[in-house]
Amino acid sequence: MQVTKTTTLGETVALNEPLAPASSQQHGKVQVSHGTGRRWPLSRWLTLLTFAVLLALPVLLAVLDNSFLLTLVSRCMIYGIAAISLNLILGYGGMLSLGHAAFFGIGAYVVGITAQNFMYGTALMEWPFELAASNDAIVVWPVAILLSALAALLIGAISLRTSGVYFLMLTLAFAQMIYFIFVSLDQYGGDDGMNLMSRNTLLGLDLDNDLTFYYVCFGCLLLIYLLVQRLIAARFGMVLRGCKQNEQRMQAMGFPTYRYRLMAFALAGAGAGLAGALIGNQMEYVSPNLLHWKMSGELMVMVLLGGLGTLLGPLWGAFAFLLVEDVLSGITEHWMLFFGPFLILVVLFAKGGIYGYLIRKEQP
Amino acid sequence: MSTTDTPWALEARGLVKRYGQLVATDHADICVAKGELHALIGPNGAGKTTLIKQLSGEIFSDQGQIRFHGADITRMPIHQRAHRGLVRSYQITSIFEEMSVIDNVALAVQALQGHSFRFWRPAASDARLREPAFRCLERVRLAHRASVLAGNLAHGEKRQLEIAMTLAAEPSMLLLDEPMAGMSPEESGQMVELLQALKGEHSILLVEHDMDAVFSLSDRLTVLVYGKPLVTGTAAEIRNDQRVREAYLGEEAA
Amino acid sequence: MILFLEQLLNGLQFGVMLFLMASGLTLVFGIMNLVNLAHGSFYMIGAFVAAAIVASSGSFVLGLLGALLATAILGIAVEMLIFRVLYKRDHLEQILATFGIILFCNEAVQVIWGKTPLFFDIPAALSGSVELLPGLNYPLFRIGVIGVGIVVAIFLYLLINRTRLGMAIRAGSSDREMIAALGVNIKLLYSLVFGLGALLAALAGVMAGPILSVESGMGESILILTFVVIVIGGIGSIKGALAGAVLVGVVDTLGRAFMPELMRMALSGGAADSMGAALSSILIYLLMAVVLIFRPRGLFNASH
Repeated sequence: MQVTKTTTLGETVALNEPLAPASSQQHGKVQVSHGTGRRWPLSRWLTLLTFAVLLALPVLLAVLDNSFLLTLVSRCMIYGIAAISLNLILGYGGMLSLGHAAFFGIGAYVVGITAQNFMYGTALMEWPFELAASNDAIVVWPVAILLSALAALLIGAISLRTSGVYFLMLTLAFAQMIYFIFVSLDQYGGDDGMNLMSRNTLLGLDLDNDLTFYYVCFGCLLLIYLLVQRLIAARFGMVLRGCKQNEQRMQAMGFPTYRYRLMAFALAGAGAGLAGALIGNQMEYVSPNLLHWKMSGELMVMVLLGGLGTLLGPLWGAFAFLLVEDVLSGITEHWMLFFGPFLILVVLFAKGGIYGYLIRKEQP
Repeated sequence: MSTTDTPWALEARGLVKRYGQLVATDHADICVAKGELHALIGPNGAGKTTLIKQLSGEIFSDQGQIRFHGADITRMPIHQRAHRGLVRSYQITSIFEEMSVIDNVALAVQALQGHSFRFWRPAASDARLREPAFRCLERVRLAHRASVLAGNLAHGEKRQLEIAMTLAAEPSMLLLDEPMAGMSPEESGQMVELLQALKGEHSILLVEHDMDAVFSLSDRLTVLVYGKPLVTGTAAEIRNDQRVREAYLGEEAA
Repeated sequence: MILFLEQLLNGLQFGVMLFLMASGLTLVFGIMNLVNLAHGSFYMIGAFVAAAIVASSGSFVLGLLGALLATAILGIAVEMLIFRVLYKRDHLEQILATFGIILFCNEAVQVIWGKTPLFFDIPAALSGSVELLPGLNYPLFRIGVIGVGIVVAIFLYLLINRTRLGMAIRAGSSDREMIAALGVNIKLLYSLVFGLGALLAALAGVMAGPILSVESGMGESILILTFVVIVIGGIGSIKGALAGAVLVGVVDTLGRAFMPELMRMALSGGAADSMGAALSSILIYLLMAVVLIFRPRGLFNASH
């Protein structure tokens, strides 16, 4: 809270105001970059720490001789990417999408479908031109990203014409449509999904090696994190945040808000597509469960658990969710019995999420 | 497109807005000359805010025509009117509470500078945004609060920020909807000073309940009653008009 | 033709169940502005309680009454404990908290009643079928379901249009202050509306029991269809819920019955079957998208 008091002159003066760029203001200019000449904020330390730990973790695990955890952490990072992408529209854009799993699933199915065709040496499609399947991530993953983004563009274009609960329902409905389409693909396992014979290769790298795959996931996570960080601070991000807080005012100022929100929706879809491509590789198994609306719900839970509208929060949320799941399900088969009420308590009492709580404490 | 030989900045003729049975705006004419500060007054429920919304483009009129510097803008959506230089401020403060004061204004500046599909350069260190935004804050005397969260401002400061955001759009004309609502006398005094400074640089249509402010600031006034302009004239003319006394001022005095 | 009529009746019967679900949910949406994902849990719990009572007592009537009572009490308890706090929260938090309730309920019924689906028999008095038209025999139980739906629709119509409570409900969906001015205890009103919604969901669950299987997670598939119904109908409108429910019930049922055949006319066997199955599954979502494109606030919007 800002403490203010009114002086006798009628001027309102701020006490304990955050270090305002007072000296530069006198020259009619304002210097605004946060942080320079100032102690690093906690959020920056935590970010550095998080990525340093993730970078060093495999070494630590090798010492402890616990390679099982390596797989789990890879999984956490992948879900982290999906949650970060969802947070872009949910946390920064204020768009309540209950269909994000659709884009996650499309990414995974691109990997699954190409892998199966590659294995059998069959063509992906014969008409209008013949397209042979590839097994190289450098081809398959961008296609996964592109197709997810395209689907998001289509779904967003229709859904964003509505707002509030109607938007929520439309995104859910479209995600269900895509879910049922994949369920009906009998040649790709239908309801049961399909197993992959092996992971993709990446420019000669063998992703079947868990350590290599771990670092590929780490690289993707870092890339997505940095991209979102730039995007949020750039002009586009300002518009996106403005739309969340007061869309009507944005329009009055002259922003055609629909286009910006749609772009954000498509970008979030692209991010989820990458996560999907990774999860298909990680599990070497792809099924319609990845697109189920409960998956959308779980991604939402991760975002909120970590911290809605924060950069690092969704990643922490993904780790918290999956680690709690892992621990609880090791104790009891009925772990949902405890996780459900836990979730309710988090919503009712822990506003801001884990990471959100930490960085909020720092601010006056 | 736009003819410049018209003396009017804004020229609205025969505007009508109906909500079901209710006629909110009833064949209203209102013309604001270039550089003029024109006040719109009237008793509560006279339809002042509805008329402002029609002029700004938030709602479309059922009948009538609106010209802005000679060009027909009757069917033009709000963001295009804003780009042409016709910008409104809000009666209920409509700022971005979770952003800093300077960010609020910078966003308004950003709206002017082409599309915002720019994903890489941080907006916070972009001088093309920050410098004009800071100048706007200086004009409304809010520069010392630039890095405060907008939600933490005092009420009067929020109204100043609101004006700064409106100014950032480099408007040729301002539609100001009750800029002094809920202000302390001190704050109102500052706002009158501010409007005095803006007068002449911009054409202004001012809706305001503070009669002292209105009469001291405006070149001409229009009195709106039941969605219909009763009379338009200078402050002296309005003060002495019998119809106005009956319909409006007398009512308040009683 | 006979087959078509039979499927049409099946659609109507399915629509009735959707209506029972949708009427409660749409009121909660419209009046309290609450997104409640857990509405399907009441449906599931109603079905489980009824199945358990029927299995132990052998009386369908007892099972029905027990389920309605238990679920209404549960609904009001959950409303007082959790939802009261949620009304003031944003939609996202409501979604997540009610998501938590779903996870809990799905697991709880598995702990109590086990993993295998329960079955309960159609009561003897309703187990036969009637010849509605020459050659059209239709199960009595399903006719009963349709009858219950008509009775509930009339009941809700009278409740909302003819009673003081209904007046408060209608006022509540547009104006909170107005209800306060009417001297209605808003907290009590909310609890009652919520309990009524839970009870109607349980009624749907009990009636679905003998037709579908009673298992954990049964609430979600119907929940999503219920959302589709109230979005098509217009949030907050009982009339819209009825129209939407019948529309969705009939379109979905007819689609599943005839789409594969229609596809077979155009395509070869295997492809036609899977295409038909996919198309019939997504038919109602397409319907909803089309309705929203032309009427972004649904067919009958209560809060215009």
